[in-house]
Amino acid sequence: MHPILKTILQRLGLGLLTLFVVSIIIFSSMQFLPGDFATAVLGQSATPETVAAFRKELGLNDPAVVRYIQWIGGVVQGDFGSSFSGRSAGREREVMELIAPRLWNTLFLAGLTAAIAVPLSLALGITAALYRNSLYDRTINATTLTTISFPEFFVAYILILLLATLWKVFPSLANVRPDTPLMDRIYMCALPALTLTLVIVAHMMRMTRAAIINLLASPYIEMARLKGVSSSKVILKHALPNAWAPIVNVIAFNLAYLVVGVVVVEVVFVYPGIGQLMVDAVSTRDIPVVQACALIFAATYILLNLFADIVSIVTNPRLLHPR
Amino acid sequence: MSNDDQTYSAAGEVAMVVTRRTWAQRAWRELKKAPITAWFGLIVIAAYMFVAIFAPWVAPYSESQVFDTPYAPWSSEFIFGTDQLGRDVWTRLVYGARNTIGIAVATTLLSFLIGGSLGVMAAINRSWLDQGLSRFVDVLMAIPSLIFSLMLLSIFGSNVWNLIMIIAVLDSTRVFRLARAVSLNVVVMDYVEASRLRGESLGWVMRNDILPNILPPLVAEFGLRFCFVFLTIASLSFLGVGIQPPTADWGSMVRENAQLISFAEYDMKAAMTPLLPAGAIALLTVAVNFVVDWFLHKTSGIRDEK
Amino acid sequence: MTISFIKMKQLVSTGKMSRRDFVQLSMAAGMTAVAGENLFNATARATPKKGGHFKSGLGHGSTTDTLDPGTWENSMVSDIGNIAFDYLVDIDTKNNVAPALAESWDSSDEVDRWTFQLRKGVEFHNGKTLDADDVVASINHHRGEDTKSAAKSILAIIKDIKTDGKDKVVFELNSGSADFPYVVSDYHLPIMPAKDGKIDPQAGIGTGPFKMENFEPGVRYSATRNENYHGESWFDSVEMLTILDVVARQNALQSGDVHFIDRPDLKTVQLLKRNAELEIDQVTGFGHYVAPMNVTMAPFDNVDVRLALKHCFKRDELVNKVLLGYGTPGNDDPLAPSIKYAIDPEPKHQYDPEKVKFHLKKAGIDRLKVDLSAADAAFAGAVDAAILMAEHARDTGIDINVIREPSDGYWSNVWMKKPWCFSYWGGRPTADWMFTTAYAAGVDWNDTFWNNARFNELLVQARSERNEAKRAEMYTEMQNILHEDGGIIVLMFNDFVTAHSKKVAHGELNSNYDHDGGYMYRRWWMA
Repeated sequence: MHPILKTILQRLGLGLLTLFVVSIIIFSSMQFLPGDFATAVLGQSATPETVAAFRKELGLNDPAVVRYIQWIGGVVQGDFGSSFSGRSAGREREVMELIAPRLWNTLFLAGLTAAIAVPLSLALGITAALYRNSLYDRTINATTLTTISFPEFFVAYILILLLATLWKVFPSLANVRPDTPLMDRIYMCALPALTLTLVIVAHMMRMTRAAIINLLASPYIEMARLKGVSSSKVILKHALPNAWAPIVNVIAFNLAYLVVGVVVVEVVFVYPGIGQLMVDAVSTRDIPVVQACALIFAATYILLNLFADIVSIVTNPRLLHPR
Repeated sequence: MSNDDQTYSAAGEVAMVVTRRTWAQRAWRELKKAPITAWFGLIVIAAYMFVAIFAPWVAPYSESQVFDTPYAPWSSEFIFGTDQLGRDVWTRLVYGARNTIGIAVATTLLSFLIGGSLGVMAAINRSWLDQGLSRFVDVLMAIPSLIFSLMLLSIFGSNVWNLIMIIAVLDSTRVFRLARAVSLNVVVMDYVEASRLRGESLGWVMRNDILPNILPPLVAEFGLRFCFVFLTIASLSFLGVGIQPPTADWGSMVRENAQLISFAEYDMKAAMTPLLPAGAIALLTVAVNFVVDWFLHKTSGIRDEK
Repeated sequence: MTISFIKMKQLVSTGKMSRRDFVQLSMAAGMTAVAGENLFNATARATPKKGGHFKSGLGHGSTTDTLDPGTWENSMVSDIGNIAFDYLVDIDTKNNVAPALAESWDSSDEVDRWTFQLRKGVEFHNGKTLDADDVVASINHHRGEDTKSAAKSILAIIKDIKTDGKDKVVFELNSGSADFPYVVSDYHLPIMPAKDGKIDPQAGIGTGPFKMENFEPGVRYSATRNENYHGESWFDSVEMLTILDVVARQNALQSGDVHFIDRPDLKTVQLLKRNAELEIDQVTGFGHYVAPMNVTMAPFDNVDVRLALKHCFKRDELVNKVLLGYGTPGNDDPLAPSIKYAIDPEPKHQYDPEKVKFHLKKAGIDRLKVDLSAADAAFAGAVDAAILMAEHARDTGIDINVIREPSDGYWSNVWMKKPWCFSYWGGRPTADWMFTTAYAAGVDWNDTFWNNARFNELLVQARSERNEAKRAEMYTEMQNILHEDGGIIVLMFNDFVTAHSKKVAHGELNSNYDHDGGYMYRRWWMA
């Protein structure tokens, strides 16, 4: 698979470039945001003197370009710097120390949700395409559409009401600790994972169904049908392999969403994930933390999409061997 | 009958005149064949449009009118009670239709216009333009959109136009990717190559060769994107930036009353309040997507196949 | 029957009398069995006993929080001050200064030199014995050129701090201050062990009733009993959880995951009360919602415009709709009724269209148009309050244009920048402190930019006046001046509303801060 290997290397190189551009965009957006760490942390109690003391210690008086170059210089050497907050004589909070446990939590929740949601939505999508326009298809469609049209926090509240308050099946808080044993962790994460599943299944399931149905009009499917191949076989053997490109795209998008976009669910279930960390860091203008979070999110996204694109190429011979 | 545009045939033209129907007739013919779900969807959409357009006549009070009792219970005076400030919930729902649908339609159309056209162009080009656009979109998409829109709204100020622009641009990246991905399967087809060799312009190829073939997944995406706009607004208002008061919108209304749901044990009617705007969004989403499904079914060319 | 109820209660409290005996004796004393049973329960609950793991769910806390008390700005971290630490002095339920690490204190006649006598035999969690050097280092952490402490400005009055032997600390002040002991009760100033004249502000080591076990900023703080604590406390261990979402917080309380929550959603407190397992507490504090007008900018530089605005909206309705009744309407006097020397200035400012017309006419304005900047960062419900005010004012000839500002960055970009906006004061325990913080000419937080010569003169005089009657007279005059002339509209005082499970019990509550003044972890007990 030489061309594919080449593509992967190319894309990884481009990925690094993307990360670089992302870091510039985020850094400059942070500059445009009103206020800086000193005024944000002190809030109403800021006085010119304390603000000046903060700025001096954090080096915020240097020009933005200088600060960016210092930061990127550190990153190249694997040093993401330390958070603006929690500094005092001889103590600093390393950004990576701050992020590592939360990143693990986020990945855990994303993995748990994906393990439920991806097989479920593929199964629902394929069966819905198979029995299209049946009562089954319509029910699934209407149900999943209803669940995604409710805002995440609202879905979460309803699940809490049903499964934590009325029937005390699961805990309403998912405030896991680093030392929580695996089984407890899964148990505590049940409601957030369920919420996220309801939120993303509809999207993936509908795309699966649409992609397959779109192919059913193709001549080769018609051919297969005329040969007398059973309808389920037509879909699984003939349509599905060619439908992978859009399906995998949507799956990659939703997986990235599970890592990047779940801040609302984290807030509702008090789950110590990385989204909450980034929102807090943005609102306090803690640039090193924001930058590190943004890079992690960006890297996640890039890798997942690389995966999706490779699947698209592998499943389409015309793309695999371009003329 | 001949479809050939190159040669002229009087008989053909006469035949065409005979069979040509007006737009309304053709629409009606299609509608008569439409399944019950599509009918349901169309009726719901029509009802929403009516309410949105004629909001001042449908609503009993004015959008920002404040009454003395906050959280008044459901009564004949206030059909669904009043909200935390003593504003009539039904009135806010009606005006909410106008504001929310307006914003959602504008945002979605804009994002499809930007994302769709650029996506197809990139797929046809498959060289520097594709690379440039794809890389740029990759960069934008690699930034968490909710947090990024929070930042942008803080920078530019959270008014409705900024909200529409920011959500549309960030959303268009997803449309771009999808449009590009499905177009890639189409542009390698021989007929596209033929058109290009024939020297057709980029716009012609996009419109005539590619668009019809990538429409189904794009339309499916449109149905979903449309309702995601509501959700984005609701999430943004959950995180503290939303629409300027006293404008009513369903996303913020769900947010403002969501907590009541956890007291269903004690007060069922109060718990229903957040379900009204949420239900309004859900009903519209289902309706739009039913219509989308009907369209998908029609364009897939496998009509009435069982 | 010679045994008195007081005696019986004592026996119950100390566990020496059983429920059955108690009920029988009460019946013998002429009570019904049910009444006796209830009395037993009330008495048993009302008696502190040791033990239990107390969990609170708080609507505060951020991943950027730190243990450095100079940075404390929310009650998740400021509570730590009363869990792991002690202060020189405490504030009691009547808002008086009470002994803590300082046993007693005294001042010179000019009240510009204060001496605090420390309690003996107090030990830090690391085994070190408390002495005067620790106090000096702990206070000095918030002073000096380079400090980033939020308490810097309130300590500006200190000229010098010295030790006088092992257990005496002497504060030399720049000018007399009769209320100085209140200053050292500030929650930013817990006492920490010093090493070479410096404290380690991030170590989390104090003299308090609990030793820190775990601190994850923005997530949780937990601590276990300090066996060597010099005072009294009841729980074996305590834990604070940050639960920012109000619905999640209420759900956690209802499902029993926490014992206590602050800031329940006022809209649903009525529904929360229906849960028989819960108790709701309501305390009027010092905190107040204000709408400061910049008196150096038009049109607010005209006192008649200010007076017109003070009369153009319905304060009762704001309390009913924004606080849902959990508060008191303001009367443009920032001193809470429970603060010493507070008065209720006359004539009371309330909705009065006639007065608005009168003052507008005097100012020569036909119809007044003003912008009001609001964001919920100022206080929860600020945007709603602004909308209501605009609705009320419209009929009186004033058009208030409500501008919704972003919450993010509100304090640095809107407050003290826009001519009229909303703000919140947590309140200060003394009249002098509140006035010096926000109404003295030229101070950093004078958000109305108000400068009244008579007021400033009185402020300095009253500060070092030791005669109670004269002081009271001066503060009365100052409040009246502020009421009539000031640029501040005090919309309302908010109550601290909290909810707790009946599994925990407490005595009388403090009103200086939320969470029983921050003392709940040491004062409350498992019922």
